Amino acid sequence: MPRVNAAELKERLAHDLPGVLAETRTRTPADTGHAPGDGKTARPRRGEHTPVDLLATDDAVIHADRIPEVARYVRDVLGYELLSNITAVDYLADGVIELVYHFFHLGGGAELVIKVRVPRDAAVVPTLTAEWPGADLQEREAFDLYGVLFPGHPNLTRIYMWDEFEGWPMRKDYPKQGDKYFGDAEE
Amino acid sequence: MMSDDREIQLEAEKQGVFLTTMQRFYNWGRRSSVWPLSFGLACCAIEMMATGLARFDLARFGAEMFRASPRQADLMIVAGTVTKKMAPQVVRLYNQMPEPRYVISMGACATSGGPFRDGYNVLRGIDLLLPVDVYIPGCPPRPEALLHALMTLQAQIDNQRLNRVRWYGRREARDFPVPTFGKQGLEIDGQLIDPVGGLPLVSPYTSPLHGEERSGTIEHPELARQFPIMDETVELETPYKAAGIAPEIAINDLKRPESEVDHAQG
Repeated sequence: MPRVNAAELKERLAHDLPGVLAETRTRTPADTGHAPGDGKTARPRRGEHTPVDLLATDDAVIHADRIPEVARYVRDVLGYELLSNITAVDYLADGVIELVYHFFHLGGGAELVIKVRVPRDAAVVPTLTAEWPGADLQEREAFDLYGVLFPGHPNLTRIYMWDEFEGWPMRKDYPKQGDKYFGDAEE
Repeated sequence: MMSDDREIQLEAEKQGVFLTTMQRFYNWGRRSSVWPLSFGLACCAIEMMATGLARFDLARFGAEMFRASPRQADLMIVAGTVTKKMAPQVVRLYNQMPEPRYVISMGACATSGGPFRDGYNVLRGIDLLLPVDVYIPGCPPRPEALLHALMTLQAQIDNQRLNRVRWYGRREARDFPVPTFGKQGLEIDGQLIDPVGGLPLVSPYTSPLHGEERSGTIEHPELARQFPIMDETVELETPYKAAGIAPEIAINDLKRPESEVDHAQG
């Protein structure tokens, strides 16, 4: 079973499962004609805010509704049997919640990263619990803390917070307890 | 009175004459066998275990008997971060301990919430729910600090007076209210006590030597902040962003200019 890196994975997905890859910007710098640091591009001064493209990634970003299909492909064709990690990232200003899946070969080797992006106000991703029962816990965690819904999940209830709790506390617009911010900044 | 008596007693003991009073005898018995409850909540518990073992040897102070049952314990060492989900169990354990009972708040988290004070899930000080006898600063405190706290507690016990301590009086032992889980945090009798945004809405318990009561003063109740995001009736500013975002979050996370924000993603 092959170990593939991100670029090879994208190539294979584009070839074997057409249409699953979503458009995304890459982190690989575009060819601007001159290398960075050659004096023609202004380097940011200390303390200056350098714009960072948070959503640019070299990993495979796929459409949310195709994730079970891709996961099955990754397991059966590429041999990544272990779904080690599902986590969520909140990009508040972009209105995006990104789910990151990490797959591993049981025989060792680097991880395979697959990302899914859904809008914050309609964060719905199909569940992987049918193929990976271990995804149960991690999807409940993403539901509990980020409010991502997983249709088809057998028991999508809160796992860390108590059942009566309201809100998605790891989303960036959830307030801090924050009493140390009282003072000058307030008002 | 007490200091004179003790001076005379100590002087007499040097001469080989052992005099005592009921009060001193009682206090000596209690101070010499302070049995802690065996439970730990976070990394402070590791230091607590180290204190109990041979290198630091808590047994020198008669406190080496970590009891697995609250019915047999005299001292609750709150060693670690008290999450809101754990707080009811901690209070319930304390309620099950027989009097006289003491509490040591070990480390920054148990004392004030520590580095997690801003988090949505951490109780800002166990003294909001329990009367604390000795606080230990540190993150985590070293075993020597815990030993010092125990010695401080023993000094407090030495100074207790039988006719003043609460557990020999007429009143019955009182259960402390066990918080319940609410929509935004812990509740006591249906009242939110520890809101997200704002200070805790109950005052901490004062020292047990002074009656184990709340001071009754809430320092800044007007500072309870209302976050529109918590309010279902508030309209969203954009489809993606709630109007009532906390300013510190806005400063940190929304400082990118609009031109860089990509609404088309997803």
